[in-house]
Amino acid sequence: MKMSRLTVLVMILSLLTAGFAFAGKDLDAVKKKGFIQAGVNGGVFGFGMPDEKGVWKGLDVDTAKAVAAAIFGDASKVKYTPLTAQQRFTALQSGEIDVLTRNATRTLSRETQLGLNFVTVNYYDGQGFMVPKKLGVKSAKELGGATVCVLPGTTTEQNAADYFRSNSMDWKPVVIESTSELAKTFFAGRCDVLTSDASQLAGTRAVAPNPKDYAILPEIISKEPLAPAVRHGDDQFRDIVDFAVLAMINAEELGITSQNVDEMMKSNDPMVQRFLGVIEGNGAALGLDEKWAYNIVKQVGNYGEVFERNVGVNTTLGIERGLNALWTNGGLMYSPPFK
Amino acid sequence: MTNPPVSSREYLKPPITEVGVIGWLRGNLFNSWYNSLLTVVVLILLWQLVPPFFRWAFIDSVWNTPAEACRDIDGACWSIIPRNISFILFGFFPDGEQWRPGLAMALMLGLVIFSRNRKHWKKSLGIYWSIGLIAMGTLMYGGVFGMQVVETARWSGLPLTFMLALFGMVAAYPLGVFLALGRQSRMPAIKTLCVVYIEMIRGVPLISLLFMSSVMFPLFLPEGVTIDKVLRAQVAIILFTAAYIAEVVRGGLQAMPRGQFEAADSIGLNYNQTMRLIILPQALKIVIPPSVGILLSAFKDTSLVVIIALYDVLKTTKVTLSNPKWTGYSTEAYIFLAVLYFICCYAMSNYSRKLEKELHTGR
Repeated sequence: MKMSRLTVLVMILSLLTAGFAFAGKDLDAVKKKGFIQAGVNGGVFGFGMPDEKGVWKGLDVDTAKAVAAAIFGDASKVKYTPLTAQQRFTALQSGEIDVLTRNATRTLSRETQLGLNFVTVNYYDGQGFMVPKKLGVKSAKELGGATVCVLPGTTTEQNAADYFRSNSMDWKPVVIESTSELAKTFFAGRCDVLTSDASQLAGTRAVAPNPKDYAILPEIISKEPLAPAVRHGDDQFRDIVDFAVLAMINAEELGITSQNVDEMMKSNDPMVQRFLGVIEGNGAALGLDEKWAYNIVKQVGNYGEVFERNVGVNTTLGIERGLNALWTNGGLMYSPPFK
Repeated sequence: MTNPPVSSREYLKPPITEVGVIGWLRGNLFNSWYNSLLTVVVLILLWQLVPPFFRWAFIDSVWNTPAEACRDIDGACWSIIPRNISFILFGFFPDGEQWRPGLAMALMLGLVIFSRNRKHWKKSLGIYWSIGLIAMGTLMYGGVFGMQVVETARWSGLPLTFMLALFGMVAAYPLGVFLALGRQSRMPAIKTLCVVYIEMIRGVPLISLLFMSSVMFPLFLPEGVTIDKVLRAQVAIILFTAAYIAEVVRGGLQAMPRGQFEAADSIGLNYNQTMRLIILPQALKIVIPPSVGILLSAFKDTSLVVIIALYDVLKTTKVTLSNPKWTGYSTEAYIFLAVLYFICCYAMSNYSRKLEKELHTGR
């Protein structure tokens, strides 16, 4: 059979346009390969880290799982790429990963210049101070002249310098490269204060020889809204990642947990019915199965469960909800209506 | 007056202070005031350091307990190693399948030991290695004989370290030899290319090459095309090591007397034959010690892949240490790693000395 050149050209063109006619390219690619490639942190306990058996655990890991549960109905369809701070945005830009869930702070310059979109914040962090209780310091304002243990080259050092300058206090930084050495130095008493992100401070205090001897000061001197990110170019995929995070928050607002989600399917509350897909509509709007939110809650849990499981008061980190509580409890976690 | 009998053995004995232990001590440790001083200082230092270390490492230590039990002791908490051994050694390799990388490493070790004996250096050795490498690849990747598929992204820990090192060395050596020959070439294009390559690679640290391979390189690829992270690091290590090998081999080539080339010419050998039969065998023999030096540092340099988030054995250890339960026991973990690296490096340098002795034919 002989085809004219024109026929071939038309066929190729129609094939190409057929490709574009469906959903966005990232979502298509993800659906085609059958799993999500998530960029995660390689070694931050509670957020993204393999356990003794090499199984990924953490708040950010659970966020990636929620996205997989929404798209595939199976939270285990995730592959993890551990990334360093330098690699993380390149990996997203180059398509090595589909979604970045690696405690990245959302900032204006990152959002505008790196070709990526952050979605809803999944953890509100901020930089704080820890001191030995025996110093009797109650507020960061009393830290004038203190020696401060800090990691080099991070925004942490910059923030601390800004804080001490704006409050016209002297300080002496003790700069140490690795987190575990930094903690050792602080517990050995070589510096009066340890400064780091509040979530890290809690973890560090947990490994102190005597955790009760140390206090975290109330002042938070920087804003670190940590959010997942996707690259530009596929708004539908962005929406799905965004609403996967929001679904966990909304589930907590509605009182739906992984334990009671099956009973809640029988609820008469239209908000619950819409959320769980009993009243259809949300799934079709996102281009997903109507049970997408049910799958997230059933397999991963609501935000409160995820938080308590990974970083909450009963874990080694022992972090209070604080800013990460629901807005009804004085926190910042707030979900738009699911309708 | 009676003289003592001269022939009596007693009188032939040297003074007690000149022989035996005391004599040796006087001769070697206390033969001048500054040596005596040094000896005393060193003894004091040893006395200060060794017993406390011994007590820390062996007497007050625990060997296999949960992390909580380590809180209450003063000694070393070696428990961090056995309690995390499967992650430290094999990283993300699925839990029930870890006999596979174990077997693969044993196979590799067996092949290396087999190859140590020069009697085995025949064509069949190449075949054994091919079979061995295929078997290792199959064991690691799986997918046949009911073995679960494990993609390269999950190859980590000690197998990754060995893989990066072994393939780095094996691929870099021939490349380095070609580069060295190219640098000596009379063809200007080839010569310039080789010189530029060698000097450029030698002018930048391995870290920057690794960064380029992991951060910059993906940006140049067309969208949607990604190359395996492990492969990118492996190529960076090969390219880096090859440049150093090239310079060492060039040293060997330049040490060859003019007469060797002339003799080869006079019996009518062409360039390939001259190099293959006359020059390279001699030149490579001369450069065994510096080559081994480079291979050793290449082996240790593989640990730099930590900075691009590949989980070699150093990274898996560091991750273990970032678990709050085990954070405090970095000393023990790093000592374990040091011993591991020492065993490998010592075996390599030991073998090179043996090889040198065997190949020493005199010149």
